[in-house]
Amino acid sequence: MSHDTLNPEVMPSEPEKATLEGKNKFLGFWFFLGGETVLFASLFGTYLALRNSNNGGPTSEELFGLELVFVMTMLLLTSSLTSVYAMYHMKNNDFRKMQIWLGITVALGLGFLGFEIYEFYHYIHHYEFTFRSSAFGSAFYTLVGFHGGHVLFGLLWIITIMARNAKRGLNLYNAPKFYIASLYWHFIDVVWVFIFTVVYLMGVI
Amino acid sequence: MSTTTAQRTGFGAVLWDYLTTVDHKKIGILYLISGGFFFLIGGLEAMAIRIQLIKPENDFVSAGFYNEILTMHGTTMIFLAAMPLIFALMNAVVPLQIGARDVAFPFLNSLGFWLFLFGGLLLNASWFLGGAPDAGWTAYAPLSTTSPGHGVDFYILGLQISGAGTLIAGINFLVTIVNMRAPGMTYMRLPLFTWTTFVVSALILFAFPALTVGLFLLMFDRLFGSGFFNANMGGNSVIWEHLFWIFGHPEVYILILPAFGVFSEVLPTFAKKRLFGYTAMVFATVLIGFLGFMVWAHHMFTVGLGPAANSIFAVATMAIAVPTGIKIFNWLFTLWGGNIQINSAMLWSLSFIPTFTLGGMTGVMLAAAAADYQYHDTYFVVAHFHYVIVGGVVFGIFAGLHYWWPRMFGKILNETLGKITFWTFFIGFHLTFFIQHFLGLMGMPRRYWVFLADQGLDTGNFISTIGAFLMAVGTIVFLINVIVTTSKGEKVSGDPWDGRTLEWAIPNPTPHYNFKQTPLVRGLDALWVEKTEGRKEMTPAEPLDDIHMPNASILPFIMSLGLFIAGFGFIYQIDNISWLLAVFIGMGITLGAMFVRSVKDDLGHHIHKEDLDKGAGL
Amino acid sequence: MAENTNSVQNELDYHKKKKKEEMKQQVITFALMIVFTIIAFTMVAAGLDKLFVIPIIVVLAIVQVIFQLYYFMHMSHKGHELPAIMMYGGISVAFLTILTFLVLIWW
Ligand SMILES: [Cu+2]
Repeated sequence: MSHDTLNPEVMPSEPEKATLEGKNKFLGFWFFLGGETVLFASLFGTYLALRNSNNGGPTSEELFGLELVFVMTMLLLTSSLTSVYAMYHMKNNDFRKMQIWLGITVALGLGFLGFEIYEFYHYIHHYEFTFRSSAFGSAFYTLVGFHGGHVLFGLLWIITIMARNAKRGLNLYNAPKFYIASLYWHFIDVVWVFIFTVVYLMGVI
Repeated sequence: MSTTTAQRTGFGAVLWDYLTTVDHKKIGILYLISGGFFFLIGGLEAMAIRIQLIKPENDFVSAGFYNEILTMHGTTMIFLAAMPLIFALMNAVVPLQIGARDVAFPFLNSLGFWLFLFGGLLLNASWFLGGAPDAGWTAYAPLSTTSPGHGVDFYILGLQISGAGTLIAGINFLVTIVNMRAPGMTYMRLPLFTWTTFVVSALILFAFPALTVGLFLLMFDRLFGSGFFNANMGGNSVIWEHLFWIFGHPEVYILILPAFGVFSEVLPTFAKKRLFGYTAMVFATVLIGFLGFMVWAHHMFTVGLGPAANSIFAVATMAIAVPTGIKIFNWLFTLWGGNIQINSAMLWSLSFIPTFTLGGMTGVMLAAAAADYQYHDTYFVVAHFHYVIVGGVVFGIFAGLHYWWPRMFGKILNETLGKITFWTFFIGFHLTFFIQHFLGLMGMPRRYWVFLADQGLDTGNFISTIGAFLMAVGTIVFLINVIVTTSKGEKVSGDPWDGRTLEWAIPNPTPHYNFKQTPLVRGLDALWVEKTEGRKEMTPAEPLDDIHMPNASILPFIMSLGLFIAGFGFIYQIDNISWLLAVFIGMGITLGAMFVRSVKDDLGHHIHKEDLDKGAGL
Repeated sequence: MAENTNSVQNELDYHKKKKKEEMKQQVITFALMIVFTIIAFTMVAAGLDKLFVIPIIVVLAIVQVIFQLYYFMHMSHKGHELPAIMMYGGISVAFLTILTFLVLIWW
């Protein structure tokens, strides 16, 4: 009986908020993002306080190259748009297109993560700039690494719900799950906008 | 499904029921038992401290052990006793007060509890594994980063895990109060306890992430060689102080506001009057929560932030006295002209008002930055925060337990024993802590293992210790009361106090689904509105229908267990790299359980309306 | 029942059109975000004066985030009042935290 209520003949235009569970998830996740804002602010604050504490090691001017960061930024910004497309198709009840756009989002996210791993590898092997080099190193890897961890978690999450629902299609039970995963993905992009501005751009000026 | 579990009895079935429960009422009981357990442990630690200080240069405990005891006393009482006991009341009451059948996220509610419990167990496991944390409950760097052994590591991981549980609980209550209110239950009709829960949950949401980050940085410094607080690597230990107090000050409001909520329920009920100035009370609650985020540096006046910063934080701190004063006067006006009935719940509430006011006064004294240079790190501060935390929070918890015990367990706690508890604890409390103001003003520093004879501190400390014993007696009598009431107490009606709010509109015992039909709320003090119009029950807002309830799950327990195992791995990998295996196993268990949760549909179950009359779900 | 479904269908068509309009807006938003990013990177790469560049790139970042929140995450839609309150709550605490770490760590 609950099966029917989750698969109505006509999907509502906002399937993520059609059930009480959906409304709860939607609101709870937004609140969680409010908390995440403070979490990242604490990390940003720590980074800003310690960004000149290079302890004789490499400074941010010596380390950061803008080309790679620019490419990473483009990847993540684009992935934000593709997840908007995915949600657009979700609201039109076009499951196949939603999955395709989510797939593109995941691919872009993986690209971003690959570049980030390369970047860290580069710093460690060419500059011997590590987590333990200086307070600056600790703060840099912690802030950027926390963001990277969020990207990784977001990717695993989106892949899981995509795979889980591949055969079943969209219903009122999984629509909120897709929706909040996309909110999470946008939030990751929000954080990155500040990272590329505060860490990288301000780091090389 | 629910009926089959209800039919199976015996210890195993009950244990399994509680391990897997997602029912807010049972989770409230779990919080009560574990919070009560940690309260006793914290109390034992307090007794050890006071025995050590009963006479000059005592050697009841060694200096190192004393540091561990005082650290664990503070940490346990704040994080593992006061917080969960408050969550116990919130879980037991808030969904009922808003006319809901459950919380918004029953699964997460259970997860929040198990995370708290496993975090607390991890922290206390340190006693048996080479020594407890010894850097104070504030764990200031560099003391905490250089403390030898694994004590502080247990502090970090234990609080990290239980803190995650608290954050989850906070989000759960926020969404519950926003989305699960019965028809007609507008925001300005919410009972004050629900309002304070709402504000407190928002404070948790914004305060705990700062602690999370602080604990991560401390963990990285101690276990992974980073240099956040290490001056040799360019780090700065003031960062920890800021992060800790950005969390720490809101934390004290997280503790005290629900207590305010309890008193705002108890006083009107037993004065037979509506709460005076409801709107002002709500406004003051929100304002206290708001200001609570702008004052944290009053804990850091002596760090040397400079006169400008100190002045700003001093003024902001003093401003909080205004909404708090509004509340005190509103409680007094609620009593004024009321038909006052004195019982245990009422005694705790009435005594709270002068006690807390004293704590508030010393708070304003401490807020004066220049004067604080004298008070800082003396027993004056110890006296102050025990007046607000014991005189506010613990009194509030006792009042709440006496008031809601019939709702939670169907029986009224024994009044005689309740009054004995109150008087011994109340007198003991003031004996213990009032004198500490003067010890502090005479210059006795806090956290010291011994004091010297003939410096005018002997008598004061002796009196203080005697008071502590009285408090212990009061606590023991309360435990006896619980046992006596449980075994011999008589079952009462669903509304033994002639209550005003929705939680008293339910039969005793509370059905699994709380409300057979969702009630229609027609005003503030919803049940009282009906009573004044001659009805005994709430008007239903819906016809009798099938009731949807969430399914029980063992996954929250497994997720928390995984983090518990991973916690040991993180702590010991620095000694032996093979402990990383425990990290992988533990995180694997947790992530695996999260994966299962994500892919397995949990649609809940229905109690059919035909079965409701046959007593299903009772 | 059939009639009912029909009117629901009509309403859905209306929503569909509205969503299409909105999708166009989103693409424009995205284009602006890319432009802002390019401006920020170019200004830094051009080596302009620090005191001039930093305020501008910070403002550009804030505008981008507002775009993300209000357009990509739909905070402008109705039903987002409480999310907005909690986001602003978080942002206020975040602001105080960062301000503190800028001025009250080293002196
Ligand atoms: Cu404070």
